[in-house]
Amino acid sequence: MTRLFWRRPNVLFPLSSRGTFGHSIAVFLLFCMTIGAGIFPASAVQPDEVLSDARMEARARHISAGLRCMVCQNQSIDDSNAPLARDLRILVRERLKAGDSDEAVVSYIVQRYGDFVLLRPPFNFETVLLWAAPLLLLIGAGVFAWTQFRGSERQPTQDRIAEAPLSAEESRRLEEILRKDA
Amino acid sequence: MSVEIGHFALVLALLVSLAQMVVPAWGAHVGDERLMAVGRSAAIGTFVLVLIAFVMLADAYVRSDFSVLNVWANSHSAKPLIYRLSGVWGNHEGSMVLWVLILTLFGAAVALFGGYLPSTLKARVLAVQASISFAFLIFILLTSNPFERLVPAPLEGRGLNPILQDPALAFHPPFLYAGYVGFSMAFSFAIAALIEGRIDAAWARWVRPWTLAAWMCLTLGIAMGSWWAYYELGWGGWWFWDPVENASFMPWLAGTALLHSAVVMEKREALKVWTILLAILTFSLSLMGTFLVRSGVLSSVHAFAVDPKRGIFILAIMTIFTGGGLALFAARATELKQGGLFSPISREGALVLNNVLLATAAGTVLIGTLYPLALEAVTGDKISVGPPYFNLTFGPLMVPLLLALPFGSFLGWKRGDLRAAAERLLTAAGIALVVAVLAFAFMSPGPWAAPLGLALGIWVLAGAISEVLFRARFGQAGLPEVARRLSNLPRSAWGTTIAHAGVGLMVIGIVATSAWQSERIVAMKPGEKTLIAGYMLEFRGIESGRGPNYSEDRGRFIVTRDGRRTTELYPAKRLYDAPRQPTTEAGIHVALWGDLYVVLGDAQKDGAFAVRLYFNPLVRFIWIGAVLMFIGGALSLSDRRLRVGAPRKSRKPMVVPAE
Repeated sequence: MTRLFWRRPNVLFPLSSRGTFGHSIAVFLLFCMTIGAGIFPASAVQPDEVLSDARMEARARHISAGLRCMVCQNQSIDDSNAPLARDLRILVRERLKAGDSDEAVVSYIVQRYGDFVLLRPPFNFETVLLWAAPLLLLIGAGVFAWTQFRGSERQPTQDRIAEAPLSAEESRRLEEILRKDA
Repeated sequence: MSVEIGHFALVLALLVSLAQMVVPAWGAHVGDERLMAVGRSAAIGTFVLVLIAFVMLADAYVRSDFSVLNVWANSHSAKPLIYRLSGVWGNHEGSMVLWVLILTLFGAAVALFGGYLPSTLKARVLAVQASISFAFLIFILLTSNPFERLVPAPLEGRGLNPILQDPALAFHPPFLYAGYVGFSMAFSFAIAALIEGRIDAAWARWVRPWTLAAWMCLTLGIAMGSWWAYYELGWGGWWFWDPVENASFMPWLAGTALLHSAVVMEKREALKVWTILLAILTFSLSLMGTFLVRSGVLSSVHAFAVDPKRGIFILAIMTIFTGGGLALFAARATELKQGGLFSPISREGALVLNNVLLATAAGTVLIGTLYPLALEAVTGDKISVGPPYFNLTFGPLMVPLLLALPFGSFLGWKRGDLRAAAERLLTAAGIALVVAVLAFAFMSPGPWAAPLGLALGIWVLAGAISEVLFRARFGQAGLPEVARRLSNLPRSAWGTTIAHAGVGLMVIGIVATSAWQSERIVAMKPGEKTLIAGYMLEFRGIESGRGPNYSEDRGRFIVTRDGRRTTELYPAKRLYDAPRQPTTEAGIHVALWGDLYVVLGDAQKDGAFAVRLYFNPLVRFIWIGAVLMFIGGALSLSDRRLRVGAPRKSRKPMVVPAE
């Protein structure tokens, strides 16, 4: 449930696109800018990249899904058709073939490209708020709800209604309705 | 000429909305009925004027009038009529006109059907609603005018992005916007209530149907976008935690919470402050979504050509409405007293839990979406917050929500009996458990959490069904009695059950397709066969063809299963004429237990083609679930008892004099 897989190869555009309508507009605007820049329709992972060792290939796919395509918007190298993404995918597979562990491959790439390449941000001083956010929000919302709820326990039910007298117009309408019903 | 009429109508709409903003609010302040009544005609007037502008723009698109800059930039005379029409909102300027059109439509609806509303509340709601229209009309006229002319007029337009030329996407934006903008009703009512300093169950009775209608549209809009992404983008995914998707998802989460808390307020007079706050936050998140999508702030990596003026303008609008709303809330909320006692174990308590979890989820998505921007602004360091973050944080928040959901419907108002609820849910829990065990046994490769996720979906589904069966006294009374009781259940009860069953189905679909998708990437020559998930596919080669505005290379695949021919699939690669842009069309064989999904890739050196095959188990459940949520909402909306101001026929005449 918590670990969804990300498989969306075969991207159509040189620069990323995905998701909803608004994004497509973004793609379109992007497209307007890239007219003349050349289009290279291609897909993500190509058959010639696939490793013969299925277990190693699965590891490569798993690693690739967590690495950002640097020239795309919010897209992993596993999904992107950009040449840079292909280079990185091949690099990942070469490191794996050379005997690196998954962590070693990732840190090798992070050393070259920085934390930006990680789709799952690392936990450090800069991201502590990001990772703590759900818990802090949950506590905040819980406390707020609790105070509201406590308030409701102490309040007599109908006090507010009793406090607010009917306005002249409301009295008139009430009378009208009562008359109609009678 | 008609284009100028449209432009002029938009300017007039701006002026009328200004009147609608000021006059009724003043009238409500001084208690002048005649001034308040201005709101009604002004709201209808604004709507009609924006409608004229919209129709004129649509007309320019249909006629392919390339003397209009906007039409030239986004349309092409060879496009089919439906995509010339949908092209109206397939671009920034036109989509903003649609945004305001829907906004004023809601305003006009209050004016027309708000006969039962107290006149000061109605006047204030219309004034707040007008202030939003006013802000966005200025925005359109100053920064995003769709009626700008182009001299000399070119002979042909630049065309609409081919991936937008799709039936699902043609109707995706109107639904999405109806959802976004529909939440403005809740916002306007919340602000009006804060100004009035009074809020009661009648208020909730008004707000809930509008919120429900907006929520239904948003649900369907998001589902359409997801469905479109699934079959059109050709990578078989359906949700990507993309910032723009998040932009529509945040208001949906907050709106779902609002919907549930409005129920408590309507039925029990409790959670008033909470409901008001959620109403403000939900619309603020809608504005945030508009800002994120329209400003281009999200694409800092590739700053594309969006006028920064627009971004700042929308940011200002967002700040004024969100900030103003929250400030007003802070100042006045303490005056709104809670009513309705309840113990923690009660229907109210369950709905509070729902609210807390959904609000936290919305906040988490918000922070995840904005954190990279904030960090870059503060420290200059760039990080990526991608799908892994959202799966790790959002997923765990949904687990308690889904676990608690069936209990909620079995708990009574005020004070519920948890043990009795658990006993009634025993069957549902048993079914869920059996499914989990079976999934562990038979679907062994795959993430360990998947069978539990599946069980969670079954639990919600079975829980929803148990509720109606319990209400019908299934197992206690005879079958005729059960049938009679089922048919006598109020529509709102059916609505709740169906929508919750939709949630269950969606969870099942999400878990199954995420955990047990099969994928093959192969190079195939004509005549070769390959096997996936029990299907045998034979590649029969490529043929070229021609569509209305594209040429395509179409692959032919013969699909067999257990030696019997199932279907033929034609995945294609298209090249559109204008703009000259390639797309891929996936070949999809739809079945309830899963989709066979084939994508044609590039030609390889040796005459083979790259082919991607997927089997996406139960993926349809995701959209079926969303449609069920929509249907559930519609049923609830059609329940006469809960429809606002739905007078009985005999009393109808008195509505008019009461105006």
